[in-house]
Amino acid sequence: MSEPAPALELTGITAGYERRPPVVRDISLRVAAGEALGLLGPSGCGKSTLARVAALLHRPRAGTVHLAGRRATGFRHRAPRAQRTRVGVVFQQPRQAADPRLTLHDLIAEPLRATGDTTALPARVAALADATGLGTELLYRRPHQVSDGQLQRACLARALVLRPALLICDEMTAMLDASTTAALVAVVEDYRRDTGAALLTVGHDRALLHRWCDRLQEFPRERPLTPAP
Amino acid sequence: MTSTRPRPTDNGPRRPRDTTRRGTRTVRVWTSAALAAAAALAALLVPLLAPLDQQAVDLTAKLLAPSADHPFGTDELGRDILLRSVHGLRVSLLVGITAALVASVLGLLIGAAAGALGGRTDRLVMRAVDTFTAVPHLLMGIFIVAMFRPGIWPVIASVGLTHWVSTARIVRAEVLSLRSRPYIDAAVSGGASRLRVARRHLVPAVLPQAGLAAVLMVPHAIWHESALSFLGLGIPAHQASLGTMINGARGSLLTGEWWPTLFPGLFIVVPTLAIAGLAGAWRERINPRRRSELVL
Repeated sequence: MSEPAPALELTGITAGYERRPPVVRDISLRVAAGEALGLLGPSGCGKSTLARVAALLHRPRAGTVHLAGRRATGFRHRAPRAQRTRVGVVFQQPRQAADPRLTLHDLIAEPLRATGDTTALPARVAALADATGLGTELLYRRPHQVSDGQLQRACLARALVLRPALLICDEMTAMLDASTTAALVAVVEDYRRDTGAALLTVGHDRALLHRWCDRLQEFPRERPLTPAP
Repeated sequence: MTSTRPRPTDNGPRRPRDTTRRGTRTVRVWTSAALAAAAALAALLVPLLAPLDQQAVDLTAKLLAPSADHPFGTDELGRDILLRSVHGLRVSLLVGITAALVASVLGLLIGAAAGALGGRTDRLVMRAVDTFTAVPHLLMGIFIVAMFRPGIWPVIASVGLTHWVSTARIVRAEVLSLRSRPYIDAAVSGGASRLRVARRHLVPAVLPQAGLAAVLMVPHAIWHESALSFLGLGIPAHQASLGTMINGARGSLLTGEWWPTLFPGLFIVVPTLAIAGLAGAWRERINPRRRSELVL
């Protein structure tokens, strides 16, 4: 038992919304400690749903999620805060993922305030803003006053502020230009080098994921995609 | 006989967008603002300058028609209707605004809880909403005031406790649509509790809608206060209240004295229409696509 428990282990996950047929059917995957796994799949195949299940934001209909060897599913309500905060999530669309009323500073600081860990708040926020390349002046703007790229930098900073052991990037760079993409990937790589965190990235850009990840996994496609009109 | 001029086709140059509607809207907003401001100022200042002497019953001067001395005439006990109406308006505005606030805060909390918690809480709240909707709320209000001694607070309670329903509905619907946004997911992932998500992300987002509902509620609450007072269940008779005044004037209306009914009536109708007009303008700003109509 020398090998550490995998950072994330999904076993037989089936998930869907309301009473519709499941979007994700019986999927298992494993991200070893410190590993970067890229999950590839076409649009609409259920990647994002699987990412939400892995981030403990969506309750699967069947299957289990283990984080660092500890079970994280099967609770009556949400998974407990201690489990949720072990995972950082970055979503595809920064506009949707940022509360329009918060400044970027408050956006990044939000998880620290929510967990009551405010002792080192100014230093942590400043360090992350610096790492993600957000100038001090930008921090006091609101989402509608910054670009998509700047907002996504702030969302990445928010995902890292609690120092999660697993980072999930759901099409993080799909909306961004090449240079911002490179910058954000570099931020994630620096973070992983410093902390040894594992990474699950979900996307359809094979070239990018190939460069970025240690291992690629195809999303099993068992249903035909909705035909284009 | 047909005209030889070419008829304008659909593709032809159109007249610039009708600007008269916009013009009348501006006029309406400014008229409403002026009337509402005048009512508020009168209700605030006049009682300080001309305190209402409740003992100023002067039976020799009863039911005088409007004149220079009494611009709105006198009532069946010889009291000046203008002065009493202003005092009545003060009570009505106080009751209306407080009751609207009570109803809106209740509605906001209940609606936010139903939308944010979902499941059993949501079903329970929605059934309560259905129940309250099923009973005419004037009837429910009468039931509530009947349990207490007449006064301002029972009226506020009766209007507040029966009118949270519409706000709760609006807030719940709004919260339900917000709840699936990724930024809520992000907050949950960052360790936010349900209460924190509601306090920090959901309630601030619905505040403009809830505030509008609260302002729209004020005229409605004033009408309810007047109705309850008219029925003799609201504000006690010795306190000037528009509803009480109209109630007292019922007898004289039949004998041809119209002023004790008309003027207090105008004091109810004009300020409430002014407030409703302002709220309608606010709603058009929040939601420009919806045509404005007066909602009371």
